Amino acid sequence: MAENTNTLSNNTVAIQTAEISVRKDGLYSKVIREFTSNRVAVIALIGIFLIILSSAFATQLTPYDPLERDAQVRLQGPSQLHPMGTDSLGRDILSRVLHGGQISLQVGFLSIAISVVISVPLGLIAGYAGGKADNVIMRVMDVILAFPGLILIIWLVGLLGSDLINIILAIAFFSLPNYARMTRGVTLSIREMEYVIAARSMGAGPLRILFIHILPGVMGPLIVLTTLGVSGAIITGASLSFLGLGVSPPTPEWGSMLADGRGFLRNAWWISVFPGMTITLVVLALNVVGDALRDALDPNVFSS
Amino acid sequence: MSKYIIRRTAVAIPLILAIATIVFVMLRVALPGDPAKILAGDRASPELIEQIRENLGLDRPVPEQYAIFLLNAVQGDLGRSVKFREPVLGVIAKAFPFTVLLTLLSVSVGTVLGLIVGIVTAVKRGTWVDNISIVFVVFFYSIPTFWLGLMLILIFAVGLRWLPVQGTGTWQHFVMPVITLGIGQAALIARLTRSSMIEILGAHYVQTARAKGLRERWVILRHALRNTLIPIITVVGISIGSLLGGAVITENIFGLPGVGRLAIEAIHNRDYPMIQGTVLLVATAFIFVNLVVDVIYVYVDPRIRYE
Repeated sequence: MAENTNTLSNNTVAIQTAEISVRKDGLYSKVIREFTSNRVAVIALIGIFLIILSSAFATQLTPYDPLERDAQVRLQGPSQLHPMGTDSLGRDILSRVLHGGQISLQVGFLSIAISVVISVPLGLIAGYAGGKADNVIMRVMDVILAFPGLILIIWLVGLLGSDLINIILAIAFFSLPNYARMTRGVTLSIREMEYVIAARSMGAGPLRILFIHILPGVMGPLIVLTTLGVSGAIITGASLSFLGLGVSPPTPEWGSMLADGRGFLRNAWWISVFPGMTITLVVLALNVVGDALRDALDPNVFSS
Repeated sequence: MSKYIIRRTAVAIPLILAIATIVFVMLRVALPGDPAKILAGDRASPELIEQIRENLGLDRPVPEQYAIFLLNAVQGDLGRSVKFREPVLGVIAKAFPFTVLLTLLSVSVGTVLGLIVGIVTAVKRGTWVDNISIVFVVFFYSIPTFWLGLMLILIFAVGLRWLPVQGTGTWQHFVMPVITLGIGQAALIARLTRSSMIEILGAHYVQTARAKGLRERWVILRHALRNTLIPIITVVGISIGSLLGGAVITENIFGLPGVGRLAIEAIHNRDYPMIQGTVLLVATAFIFVNLVVDVIYVYVDPRIRYE
C-alpha cells in the first residue's frame, strides 16, 4: 500500500509536466523502482552482465589459449601466472573458465529463448481460443511434462548425438510446458477483463487483442520464469557435459572441466573447484534476480 | 473416492502409451542407422546382422513391430540387454532398490529439514535468523548437484577422511549422496514453506485461534502447518518422481548402482533395449507418483472434491 501513495504523488507531479509521462509511469517503472531498491539483486544483475561480457571477450581478456597445452606447468596450483591454476594438460584454468562460459551461456539463453518463442504463442492460442485448440495444445504439454526432466534430455541428446544444437533443442523442448502453461493461465484471466472486452466490441481482431492487449500482461511473469529457466538450463547443459554427453573435448565447458577434475580431487582441487564455483555464481545471480523480479511484480500473478 | 482413483488411473494409461510410442518412434524411425547393425557391432558379418534383424523382428513392417513392442511391454518383456545379456526388466529390478532408497532418504531428510527452516524463518520473519537463512537457502537452491557432490567428496572423503568416496555396502556410503540430493530439496521446501506459512499466519482462522488464547506453538503446528502442507505435497511428489529417474548425477558421482547410472551406461554403450526400458520405467514411475499425490490431496485438503 505504501507503494500506492508513492505512485500517487509521482503522478501529480507528472500530470503537470506531460500526459505521456503519466502513461509511462505504469507497471514497469514501478517494477524497476522496486527492483533497484533491492541492492543484492542489482549486484547480481551487474554480476551476470560482467560474466557475459568476460565470456564474450574471453580471447582478449586472457593471456593464454584455452586449448594450449604446456607440459611444463601441469597440475599447478593457483599462482600469479595462473590465478586458477592449470589442469592435467597444463592448460590455464582461468582462460578455460572464461571461454567455457561461451558454451554454457549459449546453452542457457538460446534454449530458453527458443522455448519461449514457441510456447508463448501456443499458450496465447490455447488460452484465447479455448475449446479444441486448448485441449490439443495442453494435452501435448501434459505428455511432455510426464517425462521426468533430466533423464529424458540425456536420453534425447544421447540418441541424437551431443552437438551443441541438439543439446539446446532438447532443453528447449522439455521447457515448453512451463511457459505455455503460464501464458495460458494469464491469458485466461486477462481475456475476461473489461478492457479486452471493450477492445473486442470496438472490432479489434484476435491478433491485435492477443499481441497488443494480452501479451503485455504475460510479459511480467514471463520475464521471471525466463530468468529462472535460464539458470536451470545452464545447470542442465553443464550436467550433460559432466556426464560426457556435452560438446566434445577439448572445447572448454564448465561441466566437462568439472568432470576432468574428478580424477584429481586428491592432488589438484583447483581443477574442480573454480569451474564449479563459476557455475554456482552464475546460477545464484540469475536466481536472485529472478526472485527479486518476482517480488517486484504483483505476487498474485504467481499464486494463480 | 474409488471412482476418482479409477478415473485418474484411466487418464494415466494413455499417457504411458503416448510415452511408449514416442520411445518406439525415436528408437526405430527417427534414429539414424540400422539398429541391427549397431547392436551387432562394427565388425559383424552380414549374416549375424541379418540374424539379429530377424530376432528383433526388424524385418517386419513398422506397424507390426510397434504392436509386438507394445504387447511384449504389457507382459513385462522389455527385451534383452545387449551388454548384460539378461532380460532388461531383471537388470532394472536389481538397480531399482538403490534408487528408491536414495530417493526416499534424501527426499525425507530434505523435506523435514526444509519444513523446520521454513517454519522458523516464517515465524521469525525479518529477524537475523530469517536473513541468514535466506542467504543459505538461495545458495543451496542454486548450487548444482554435480559440484556439491564433488565438494563433499573433497572435504569429507579426501580432506577429513570421514567418509568413503564411492560405492555401497555401509550406511556411511549413503551419507554424502543423501546430503547432495537432500540439501537442494531442503532449500526448495524451505522457500515454499516460508512463503506459504507467512500467507497463512495472516489468515482469519489463525487470528481466531490466537484470539481464543491458544499458545503460539499450538497455533502454528495444529492450525497453520496443516494448510501449509498442501502445496508442499505437490513439490515432494514431483521430487520423488523426478529423482526416481533423475538421480543420474548423484549415482554417477558416488558410484551407486541405481537406475540413473544404468540409463547413462546404456546410452554410452548404445544398449538400445536398456535405454528403452529405463526410459519407460522412469516415466511410468513418474506418472504413478503424480497419481498418488493427486489422491493424497483429497485426504489432506477436504476442500478439494473431484466430483
